[in-house]
Amino acid sequence: MVLLLQYTLIFASVLILVALGGCFSEHSGVINLGLEGIMIMGALGGALTMRYMPSGSSAFAMIMAVLLAAALVGMVYSSLLAVACINFKADQTIVGTALNMLGIAGATVIVKAINTAANPDDVSSIVQYAGAKKAFSTAIGSFEFSWFTLVTLILLIASYVILYKTKFGLRLMACGEHPQAADSVGISVYKMRWAGVLISGVLGGLGGIVFITAGVSEWRFEYGVAGFGFLALAVMIFGQWKPIRIALAALLFGMFRALSNVYSGFDFLAGLNIPSQVYNMMPYIISLVVLAFTSKKSRAPKAEGIPYDKGQR
Amino acid sequence: MKKNIWKNNGIQSLLASLACVVLGMLLGYIVLLFINPDGAGEAVATIIKNFLTYSRPETQAKYFGNTLVKTAPLLMCALAILFAYKVGLFNIGVAGQYCAGIAVSLYAALAWHWGWLPCMLLAMLGGAVLGTISGLLKSYCNVNEVISGIMINWITLYLTNMLLTKVKEDTSPYTYVLQHNNPSAVLPSLGLGRFFNNNQYVGLAIPLAVLIAIVVWVVLEKTRFGYELRATGNNKNAAKYCGMAEKRNIILTLAISGMLAAMGASMLYLTGYEQWQCSTSSVPGMGFNGIAAAFLGGLNPIGTILASFFIQHITAGGAYVDKSMYCAQISDLISAIIIYLCGFVLFMKYAMNSAIARKEEKALLKAKEKEPEPLPDPAETKEGGDE
Amino acid sequence: MDAPYAIEMLHITKRFPGIIANDDITLQLKKGEIHALLGENGAGKSTLMSVLFGLYQAEQGVIKKDGKEVAIRDPNDANALGIGMVHQHFKLVECFSVLDNIILGVEPTKNGMLQKKEARRRVLELSEKYGMRIDPDAIIEDITVGMQQRTEILKMLYRENEILIFDEPTAVLTPQEIDELMAIMKNLAAEGKSILFISHKLNEIMAVSDRCTVLRKGKYIGTVETKNTNMEELSAMMVGHEVNFHVAKKPAEPGEVVLEVDQMTVASKIHKNNAVKDVSLKVRRGEIVCIAGIDGNGQTEFVYGLTGLEPTVSGRITLCGKDITRASIRRRNADMSHIPEDRHKHGLVLDYTLEDNLVLQRYFEPEFTDKAGFLRRDNIRKYALRLIEEYDIRSGQGPVTPARSMSGGNQQKAIVAREIDKNPELLVAVQPTRGLDVGAIENVHKELVAQRDAGKAVLLVSLELDEVMDVSDRILVMYEGEIVGELDPKTTTQEELGLYMAGAKRGKVTA
Repeated sequence: MVLLLQYTLIFASVLILVALGGCFSEHSGVINLGLEGIMIMGALGGALTMRYMPSGSSAFAMIMAVLLAAALVGMVYSSLLAVACINFKADQTIVGTALNMLGIAGATVIVKAINTAANPDDVSSIVQYAGAKKAFSTAIGSFEFSWFTLVTLILLIASYVILYKTKFGLRLMACGEHPQAADSVGISVYKMRWAGVLISGVLGGLGGIVFITAGVSEWRFEYGVAGFGFLALAVMIFGQWKPIRIALAALLFGMFRALSNVYSGFDFLAGLNIPSQVYNMMPYIISLVVLAFTSKKSRAPKAEGIPYDKGQR
Repeated sequence: MKKNIWKNNGIQSLLASLACVVLGMLLGYIVLLFINPDGAGEAVATIIKNFLTYSRPETQAKYFGNTLVKTAPLLMCALAILFAYKVGLFNIGVAGQYCAGIAVSLYAALAWHWGWLPCMLLAMLGGAVLGTISGLLKSYCNVNEVISGIMINWITLYLTNMLLTKVKEDTSPYTYVLQHNNPSAVLPSLGLGRFFNNNQYVGLAIPLAVLIAIVVWVVLEKTRFGYELRATGNNKNAAKYCGMAEKRNIILTLAISGMLAAMGASMLYLTGYEQWQCSTSSVPGMGFNGIAAAFLGGLNPIGTILASFFIQHITAGGAYVDKSMYCAQISDLISAIIIYLCGFVLFMKYAMNSAIARKEEKALLKAKEKEPEPLPDPAETKEGGDE
Repeated sequence: MDAPYAIEMLHITKRFPGIIANDDITLQLKKGEIHALLGENGAGKSTLMSVLFGLYQAEQGVIKKDGKEVAIRDPNDANALGIGMVHQHFKLVECFSVLDNIILGVEPTKNGMLQKKEARRRVLELSEKYGMRIDPDAIIEDITVGMQQRTEILKMLYRENEILIFDEPTAVLTPQEIDELMAIMKNLAAEGKSILFISHKLNEIMAVSDRCTVLRKGKYIGTVETKNTNMEELSAMMVGHEVNFHVAKKPAEPGEVVLEVDQMTVASKIHKNNAVKDVSLKVRRGEIVCIAGIDGNGQTEFVYGLTGLEPTVSGRITLCGKDITRASIRRRNADMSHIPEDRHKHGLVLDYTLEDNLVLQRYFEPEFTDKAGFLRRDNIRKYALRLIEEYDIRSGQGPVTPARSMSGGNQQKAIVAREIDKNPELLVAVQPTRGLDVGAIENVHKELVAQRDAGKAVLLVSLELDEVMDVSDRILVMYEGEIVGELDPKTTTQEELGLYMAGAKRGKVTA
């Protein structure tokens, strides 16, 4: 039970971070289907940092460095989406998909190159970080509390404040709802959309590193992030693009994902003898069902997905 | 009005695609330079050469055959993507529909010992069912087809693993070899293998895929159904206004798209070229590469034939790069870069058109200066649009 | 020493590919005056205002503020110079509150946090000073068009703009709201604001403006003192010659009922109330029935419900004796043609060629599709050539011209040709002359009358009072989703019509 809670929290953290990323991007008017790729790149940045940080580093320094690296890499990577979709008005679906493929292929190529350079016989795409990972959590009894959960909570509150209480948030949402209106009062739609996408890059990158350190102590980058970027989008839609609702939705989804890690620990579940594959499927099935019931009346930002063309004011 | 060949949509698409390929290779090369500057040029050359890296013509022919064997399913996936895209749908579920095609055709062949044709038909049905689910969710529940597609992809992957575990070897994670278990399910070779140094995998699939590309082109361009689909893709409000059944068309399109993808899967797995690994942890990349092929082919079924071959060619070529320096995923990287660049195609065409327009404008002004008579109504101009 | 002009636009020229939108235009706005800018659609008013507002850059000419030359490169520059604009299509974020919309772009903050309390106080102050009632916390999508417009005006006042541009502000208002707006404008001018009022409605210009500048086909025609001129003179300046607005037609001879709508209700997409409430009407052979009303009173939704684009909530529709309440659009289209309100949204597939657009309603007929489902291209071409000839549709490459590259007028002609040539029992024409020039308008009106004379039923939906009065045989006025009056164009006046449209008067409706 403790384990279920622990995994639920950590997976929910991932989903909250990434879904908030999607939320910022979509509120600015850009659909970010490349979150999956952004997560991988962020995870890569964090994983490599763990690998290369001196082993004597303090836990705090380790956490900060890893988070910073993941956020930074995610942000830089998301600029590929921004430049294509905002400045060149490219199809947001194609570019997002390309980023996902590029994320997996790129991360694999980079990790393999590093591994092979270190040891010519090593052609795997695995990064190990068992030692560094210890810094990320602290034990409270048998419950391992991940610092990432705390970070997520802080970012969740910050997101809420930024979106609803600041000038930036007001302007960002105006760009996603009615960019012509924003433009007519002197707000640079391109800049705001860039900001939205870059923030989604930061949050997506953070989500990536939290995801790959949730439980395992090495990651094979060929695997990508198992559709978590898209699950996060489902969470975002379920949460109606509102931070607090997103957090609640993420807890629900996180629990189903956690079940597949820990179901064998529950006697009655283990007794049912359901193949593990079914548990693996659960989050995706749930999200399909949830989407089927919530998408019809969902209120997405009005101008999302439509490139803003200054000529058409 | 004089025809300007640069204005031709086909020519522009071709130019844009070539630009994507060249830029994609160039960027790939730069990545290689970063990893290891010594072998970068050679590696790119290897990727482009693919089977030509072998010196003996017989071996070349054999591996050329192998590339073609995998081009067929890729082409089918690309056609599936393209078909849905014409209606304005981005069927990323092709990857899962392809996976379903594998599961169904292999299971029917290995567990029930069906012949190849019923296996293939059942696979098509399986793909169509998945497509229909996405279509129903899209048209009746307004679920974004990309997100539902991805979810279905993962569900399908786990189901496939579960199902095919029943027909796998005891000692390995792979399914039984088709040729040994049920030769009747192997696609007929039509004697085509002879031309590829007796490559046993070359056969019906390749001409069939090309034929289907042509059929798709005919359906889209020449029939009433295609007229409706393209109208729906271009302006679904107008399609609704003139009484086209939008929901039916969306569902039908995704069903056909899924059918094409699953058919492609059976075209590969019923040759016995590959076995399914029952611990596979992500859907096969074929469906995603189909996106690259479809867009690189300028979303034209015939262009897609060439683009599919090219994508498969460099993917296969990736296997030959010097493993002590680079990995095979270099080709995936290049494919991904090409898809990314395909996002810019619209912009490239726009740039070409506005360059032409500017030129014509100047010519028009010059002509005006020469003769003061009023010119005929320049009906070709766009309404008040500027950059 | 103060210069007499708040803003001057001198010798402005702006070209677009193939067209000179503004050709050497001069406009001088005095301080504290209401200056009307008059011209037909396409005369260049919007372009000129876009230049002033920094959305476009003029190729030639200068702009002066208080006698000093200024450069306006984008709306920010315009804002900085105190120029504000109420756009024809409001620039309001619909899910934001009135207050959020007003402060957007000039938000008061403290340590990065929004300070809405202070903003609210200022907004309420302004609304009191100029007599504009608003609720700062209301959400835009829940309030009336008039309120939305007041929000736009407050947006300008909140920014302390001195030069206020109103772009066709009355098009969406009821006569009462128009009166209110006029009062507000006069009030603002009295407080020293300078106002540019863009319109093509002569009576409003006469009522409110001090001076009037007229444009025609991109050219400057002249500026006159309103008190020294009259409507006839302005009209002549606007269109270049005295126009006879009257459509020649003989009296109607209504026959049997073709369309009968019984108690139709249609839900609204925007708000919770129904957009169309229990509407009943009949249209007979040989008559043109016109639905008149201010934009946004349910006409669009009524047509959607009638043509099947949106489902109805309740009611019955009978067309040629058949109940079509639940019929598919395709089945309705067998006896009904529909010239849609928005030609780009519904009327055309812009990426299709002209010929493919011309068969949009008939492509499935045996003439154009053979039994195997293949299109009969040669028949399509023949048909397209005939329509192009008969309806004088002009385009660059004839039948293979992409619809996107055609001019708006010719796009509309193509739609009219397609819908009329289908030879329907009922023709539903929604604002069929929107965006057309005078000659083209006359043609469309003739076509409508010809349909009527051929014994067809015509249902016209129009916002233009002149069109309503001249073309129709019977007028039904729609107000807030209901038919509130039935009028005879021969006996009624524009004033009476206006009262019905504003909901100030209700009559007995038998239709």
